[in-house]
Amino acid sequence: MSAELSVSVSNEDLGNPVEPFLRSDRMPHIWCPGCGIGTTVNSFARALIESKIDLKSVALVSGIGCTGRVAGYVALDSFHTTHGRAIPFATGLKLANPKLNVVVYSGDGDLSAIGGNHLIHAARRNIDLKVICVNNLIYAMTGGQTAPTTPDHATTSTNPYGTFEPAFNLPHLVEAAGAVYVARWTTFHARQLSRAIGEAFQKKGFSFIEVISPCPTLYQRRNRLGDGLETMKYYKAMSKVRTGAPTSEVGLTMNGEIIVGKFVDRNRADYQTMMRAQYASSLGEKFVELEAVCS
Amino acid sequence: MCGGSVTKGKVSIVVERCKSCGFCIEFCPSHVLAFSSAFNAKGYHVPHVVHPENCSGCDLCGMYCPDFAIYGKKNAQGEKQ
Repeated sequence: MSAELSVSVSNEDLGNPVEPFLRSDRMPHIWCPGCGIGTTVNSFARALIESKIDLKSVALVSGIGCTGRVAGYVALDSFHTTHGRAIPFATGLKLANPKLNVVVYSGDGDLSAIGGNHLIHAARRNIDLKVICVNNLIYAMTGGQTAPTTPDHATTSTNPYGTFEPAFNLPHLVEAAGAVYVARWTTFHARQLSRAIGEAFQKKGFSFIEVISPCPTLYQRRNRLGDGLETMKYYKAMSKVRTGAPTSEVGLTMNGEIIVGKFVDRNRADYQTMMRAQYASSLGEKFVELEAVCS
Repeated sequence: MCGGSVTKGKVSIVVERCKSCGFCIEFCPSHVLAFSSAFNAKGYHVPHVVHPENCSGCDLCGMYCPDFAIYGKKNAQGEKQ
């Protein structure tokens, strides 16, 4: 093989369709080779392009962790909050400015462990947020500790002899709590993920999309599951699309099948609709819309 | 290129962003790419185009690339490369 690079290679060529959504001066990013978080950002950017949403109306909030870095890499209004508090911050944004499309982009550790209560209560109240949860089955940025999502008997830095706690089944959790849209895809399903994010933008209410992503540095390496590419091949071979599958049956295992697809798509009054209805009925004419007061 | 054949697309690579994960090479539906023996500044082997005539410009490489380092574009219809 020649040591010369192909003529089509150019360092200056930044015509990538996701480029307008990135803070190019922050590139290259800190994510490891083979990490899937960048792939989810591609799907997210393409969902924004295809849904033709006004980018000025989109706010992205993330918590702490590898996925939390997304807020610093996208050229949108974004905020990198404290650990686990992405959903409370996003709730405040949405309540103060109901016209915003608020996206919470965070990891499984941030959303389901330290932010677990916020997750279930935001789903219960049906706050109009789009939550994208990148699930790499471990606390990655802090060194590979057991997360609430670590499956089976996986080896982690805090469980060197294998995990023994049952893991969270996130789609089941948020469905039970009241989410109106629940889907799961892997980083291998980049186009389906992009479509799911587009669908979530059409829904009013709490939408939750779980993305299974490789963590080659900590989870895959410690469990001898190969690198990022091996994991993508595993996703390709072992994913089964089951749209509408009961979420109680979609728990994850270390080497088994991954059930993907759209599990829940239902309609329920969201928080602000319920709030307005309640105040209008109990206060009558005294109730004035927030926007009317602010403008 | 191949004797006046019409190529449907073209793939571009931003060498210095690549971290050599191999997603684009593995999942390209028309096997356009392969690892090059050259390194970028960070010491990663970057992919290079070995079968440009097969590229359909589907941009699946761009969808998969976690480092935003590659993308495909469809050529204008009937354009000869």
